[in-house]
Amino acid sequence: MWNFPPQVTQSAHKTLGTGHTTSFRSALMSTFKPGVLALEDGSVFRGRAFGAAATIAGECVFNTSMTGYQEIITDPSYFGQIVTMTAVQVGNYGLTPADEESSGPKCAGFVVRELSPVVSNWRSEISLDAYLAKNGIPGLAEIDTRALTKKLRVDGAMKSCLSTLPLSDEEAVKLARSWRDMAGSDYVKDVTCKAPYLWSASDASNYNAAYLPIGTTFKAPPPPAKRFKVAAFDFGAKYTIFRKLVRHGFDVHVFPATTRAEEIREHKVDAVFLSNGPGDPAALSYVHQTVTKLIPDYPIFGICLGHQMLTHALGGTTFKLKFGHRGGNQPVKNLETGKVSITAQNHGFATDPASLEKNGAKVTEINLNDHTVEGLRHTQLPVFSVQYHPEAAPGPNDADPLFVDFYNMVEARKAGKI
Amino acid sequence: MPKRPDLKSILIIGAGPIVIGQACEFDYSGTQACKALREEGYRVILVNSNPATIMTDPEFADVTYIEPLNLEMLEKIIATERPSALLPTLGGQTALNLSMELNKAGILTKYGVEMIGAKPDAINKGEDRELFKQCMIKIGLDVAKSRTVKSMAEARDAADFLGAFPLIIRPSFTLGGSGGGIAYNKEEFEGICANGLDLSPVHEVLVEECLLGWKEYEMEVMRDHKDQCVVICSIENFDPMGVHTGDSITVAPAMTLTDKEYQVMRDASFAVIREIGVETGGSNIQFSVDPVTGRMVVIEMNPRVSRSSALASKATGFPIAKIAAKLAVGYTLDELRNDITRVTPASFEPTIDYVVTKIPRFTFEKFLGADTTLTSAMKSVGEAMAIGRTFKESMQKCLRSLEVGSRGFGGGGKFGGDEILDEKIINAKLGTPNSERVFYLRHAFRAGYSVERIFELTKIDPWFLHQLREIHEMEQDLSTKTLKTIDVTTLRRAKQFGFCDAQLAHIFKSDLNAVRAHRKQAGVNTTYRLVDTCAAEFEAFTPYYYSSYGDENEILPPSGKKKIMILGGGPNRIGQGIEFDYCCVHASFALREIGYESVMVNSNPETVSTDYDTSDRLYFEPLTLEDVLEIYTQEKCDGVIVQFGGQTPLNLATALKANGVNVIGTSPESIELAEDRKKFSAILDATGLKSPANRTAMNEGDALKAAKEVGFPVLLRPSFVLGGRGMFVVYSEEEFKAVVRQAFDVMPDKPVLIDKFLEDAIELDVDCISDGETSVVGGMLEHIEFAGVHSGDAAMVMPPHTLNAAMLNTVRTATYALAKALKVVGLMNVQFAIKDNELYVLEVNPRASRTVPFVAKAIGVPLAKLAAKVMTGAKLKDLGFTREQTPKHWCVKEAVFPFVRFPGATIALGPEMRSTGEVMGIDADLGVAFAKAQAAAKPGLPTKGNVFLSVKDADKPRATALARALVELGFTIHSTSGTAKTLADNGVPVKRISKIAEGRPNAVDMLKNGQIQLVINTPAGMIPRQDENKIRAAAYAHGVCLMTTITGAFAAVEGIRALRDKPVGVKPIQHYRGNVNLV
Repeated sequence: MWNFPPQVTQSAHKTLGTGHTTSFRSALMSTFKPGVLALEDGSVFRGRAFGAAATIAGECVFNTSMTGYQEIITDPSYFGQIVTMTAVQVGNYGLTPADEESSGPKCAGFVVRELSPVVSNWRSEISLDAYLAKNGIPGLAEIDTRALTKKLRVDGAMKSCLSTLPLSDEEAVKLARSWRDMAGSDYVKDVTCKAPYLWSASDASNYNAAYLPIGTTFKAPPPPAKRFKVAAFDFGAKYTIFRKLVRHGFDVHVFPATTRAEEIREHKVDAVFLSNGPGDPAALSYVHQTVTKLIPDYPIFGICLGHQMLTHALGGTTFKLKFGHRGGNQPVKNLETGKVSITAQNHGFATDPASLEKNGAKVTEINLNDHTVEGLRHTQLPVFSVQYHPEAAPGPNDADPLFVDFYNMVEARKAGKI
Repeated sequence: MPKRPDLKSILIIGAGPIVIGQACEFDYSGTQACKALREEGYRVILVNSNPATIMTDPEFADVTYIEPLNLEMLEKIIATERPSALLPTLGGQTALNLSMELNKAGILTKYGVEMIGAKPDAINKGEDRELFKQCMIKIGLDVAKSRTVKSMAEARDAADFLGAFPLIIRPSFTLGGSGGGIAYNKEEFEGICANGLDLSPVHEVLVEECLLGWKEYEMEVMRDHKDQCVVICSIENFDPMGVHTGDSITVAPAMTLTDKEYQVMRDASFAVIREIGVETGGSNIQFSVDPVTGRMVVIEMNPRVSRSSALASKATGFPIAKIAAKLAVGYTLDELRNDITRVTPASFEPTIDYVVTKIPRFTFEKFLGADTTLTSAMKSVGEAMAIGRTFKESMQKCLRSLEVGSRGFGGGGKFGGDEILDEKIINAKLGTPNSERVFYLRHAFRAGYSVERIFELTKIDPWFLHQLREIHEMEQDLSTKTLKTIDVTTLRRAKQFGFCDAQLAHIFKSDLNAVRAHRKQAGVNTTYRLVDTCAAEFEAFTPYYYSSYGDENEILPPSGKKKIMILGGGPNRIGQGIEFDYCCVHASFALREIGYESVMVNSNPETVSTDYDTSDRLYFEPLTLEDVLEIYTQEKCDGVIVQFGGQTPLNLATALKANGVNVIGTSPESIELAEDRKKFSAILDATGLKSPANRTAMNEGDALKAAKEVGFPVLLRPSFVLGGRGMFVVYSEEEFKAVVRQAFDVMPDKPVLIDKFLEDAIELDVDCISDGETSVVGGMLEHIEFAGVHSGDAAMVMPPHTLNAAMLNTVRTATYALAKALKVVGLMNVQFAIKDNELYVLEVNPRASRTVPFVAKAIGVPLAKLAAKVMTGAKLKDLGFTREQTPKHWCVKEAVFPFVRFPGATIALGPEMRSTGEVMGIDADLGVAFAKAQAAAKPGLPTKGNVFLSVKDADKPRATALARALVELGFTIHSTSGTAKTLADNGVPVKRISKIAEGRPNAVDMLKNGQIQLVINTPAGMIPRQDENKIRAAAYAHGVCLMTTITGAFAAVEGIRALRDKPVGVKPIQHYRGNVNLV
């Protein structure tokens, strides 16, 4: 699972007292390797190549998070996408094993305004450039990312091509246009686990403990003593979801997306969790059917694609947003409590609210920017989900209490209260 | 929940005069709050002693009290106005402390006033270091190990407990950390602790583990009463721990935190604001992070809007103060709209796709003898902010925004030379934080230092150092090229690295116009980007721009209206501050009123002018020729106003005009005339006026010759400066030789001026407005001190209190003649001196002066607005202002000085301006008005007790009458030998005390013991004696009223008499207003 190359510059740690590496990039043009990003509308952005030498095509999207590029790159929900960061200085703090959200980078390509010439953070073990190069992902820097973002905002997410190899503008545009569309595609099959496994609560390389600086405790209560067994569908799950489930009193049994309902029943789990993941939620009818079967019998909690799976399983529908929600500053209002949380989001599709209400569920949360559905709850059964990411990573922890809600729901169910 | 209907009227306390640590950012926050609350229909009662503020303009509150900010006055105002609530969090530390005093004295309870925003308990927990620390430990956050002590013995115990030096000492309840410091050894520890205990109003200091060299961060947080919290902005300090954040270069957003670390800091910020209990509004929370282990420590919080929140507002476009005011009256974040996007709510966190850099501006040159090392006590007087797409661009833009002669990180100009400096010099400049350190980082690179080596010396994060290394590398690379050989890609990258044309001209050994022309030809053009709070995720409607070099230009299409550009004053400095920003803001308001579109250009984040609400279009840009010209051209402006922003735009006026810019109002030639002796003499001859004998000199030898010709004493000054920089009254040849170099150094290549100095002359400032046909005197202000004290530092009385009607008529006639001769269209300020009933013209400045806001408040006429209108061609007769208004009450202006920040600096009034701010005292009685001004400037006049009186020989004859008056008022006089003898000889009872050199107890001991209530000490000669200075410094440090001129002392006597005999009432300025009916 661990994908970091061994060339960690420990000596530099000692001399500088930070994760700063002694190697750095020169600012000069002589070190400039050209790269290109082309969009289906014919726009071409030429900049500085970094990461791997490769040509890829995918859907170009933008993310407005100001921190957390490592979590974003390794989030399987970005599978097939070329992610543009609106934050301008990227790569500053390098990457560290504890911040990985999956077995390695999952996005198809990565675009930034400026890549840091050096890494400076005590936690860092590798630079962004080296990490992407090692993992075969091309990156592009020094293009006008704001102009690109505005284009995506106005015209919507676009089929695109990113290349760090010699490629003409025409070829790049052609490659962008010839990429298969995301709508209707099952990307989950590419990122789900191949076989069921237990997410170890004790393996140190799972980084289950929350990151806390020495001396900072927040006086956080210990995890509940009584633990429940949850079956977590891995549609391309972020590790931090499993970490948070562990912290909140669950033993996490991870299952591939294709797992049938009967198999879940055989495992005698207390609850079911539906993870995030990439692609078009409508293209996953095999998942919809499984979830429909599980709804009557298990407390269920879904996040992001998991929320969309629940939508479909309940008989609802999803639709594609123009340019999606990707960032760490999205305001979500809980219609039941009236309270607003700032949430991390990463989705290009959303639930149709009308379709939910016809099928025994209600909208519990909405996005205050565009009033799209951010959460749903079954009116009778202990089943709920959110479109956003309460596990954060990256982004705000404001919605962390949802994991407590899930635990309490399972506990009440076990006690026969619901 | 919507706004509270139970509240009817709300009292807002302003921050008072501009001082170090509290500048015009509180005018910005207060103005926003006043607007926000009135918008909601609340009656706003405003108190502020600072007349130069926009918030004290009569239309911003229902009632505006320009009165001293003290308990006595506040109680009177509360008793009169009976506000339902007090909003204590928008007027800086001054308002917060005063609100706490009101609460403690039971005044709020007595009159049933509710404190909104933050309750006393929360303020106490946020401000009291020990309580705060306990709160942090309670919620599981880490703090620096420390102990609070109340005596030297306890301090020594604390040092033992903490183990090792260095240690930080922070006095409780002092503004901007004054009196604190870092002790590296026992001796320093003793000194700093003793001083800190002395300065703390509660005689308490915190002795703390030293986090020197750690990384420093700030979080700007808001909370509403539903407990919804958001972070508006994270800020990372370029300078590591050890330098006060106000003196640090800071960068937004945070640059070197992983998301994990950032989110912990965010969670911690919310935990802090909740635990402290700030119910609604903004708070600033400071953190420190150990770069080696990541240990995170909470440093402190401000339970109010702050300088950093003003910066955060400008950096993100999120109006913190406005939203804070709305939250205080019951709104929640999700109920309020983001003005910039219009569709998203205020309950979101701004995300930015650019980098913001702030660099403080210092004025050590005005405080010779002061320690220039940067420490935990703030010393800067202003700041510049710049926005760039990258840190490199933002940093270089900010360096040129500072207006200290630097063009950026190298590329010529001051600090940017091509020499290789000696390692000793570089090491000294890097090893100890100082205001020039950033420039020496470049010299270190030039001298071949590695980032590692610079890091060892400075502990500045390697990320920042590598960014600067890249700029340096680019400069080196460019220097191998010329304008002919440079390729377009490299040229564009250079611009994206923030290199301005002036830097490129230096590097390519070319000139500005050639670089500009080449750049245009190559298609490397400036593009303007929006500050939109959302990184382009949503459409933005507020035209708030910064320049960059990108693919896309986001300037909104023209509205069809005519556009006038207003050039602001740049970073605050002594001599150029809030008064000029006030004028610029008025210009903007005026233009809007008459249907023009206003385009504001400024680089000062503390100001009202850089609020995106103020002008139709806002450009947060450096005020250099290149930057201004580019905006003017791209916006297709119809004209530019240069006469409101102080010296900064005036220095650009001629070059702008030469580049085809339409400078509206008085011509640049007329404006410059004030500095050109020959032309000035011609004007005086033409108008039949005279000036003191004067000469111009281009070198030191000629200067001395000139001085001898006009005869000592002379006034020596450089040309083209504001604030009397390098200006001296010189009594002898020896003194002259000692200082003449300094006068030349201020403006190299410009002449110095030598004027005959008129001793004991009365000085008069006259502000006048003219439309080219009609001229009207706005106000005449008579100085209390004799001529020789810079008009920015002088106390002034309006209307003139000693001059007779005939003389005032002569002055009036002279003023109109000058306005006509100079073809003034707009404002003009003239400084006159009157000696032996003869009128002399000292200076004419056909532009807005520092006194414009004061005069406008005194006469109830918005002079700056009228001036802006006449500059567009309107006539005063059509605007309804044709007659001079003489106020029927007395208005006294007093200056406020930062001496307490600069131990060791000379404390005396002189021709070089050194005050940071001003206050206004208004009353029907002159004595009361003066006493109010003194009270507002702090500490105020005593009404009984002991006076220490020591005057220079020239003042001795007048000292007798002064002392006699004080004795009659019941004071006891204490003097040292010389003055004591004069008094005794003249039959005035006096107690003789020792001079400092003679032994103890002396005046300093008495001051420390609280045995002296008034110090009258007039310094002799240009360079005052050290002992005298110690007495004056002690008076400042202990809050004892100090008079350094004999005329000031006489005025004090009148003030004291008034305080004893007459009632001191309060009255809002709206009730003083005259009957001018402006159209």
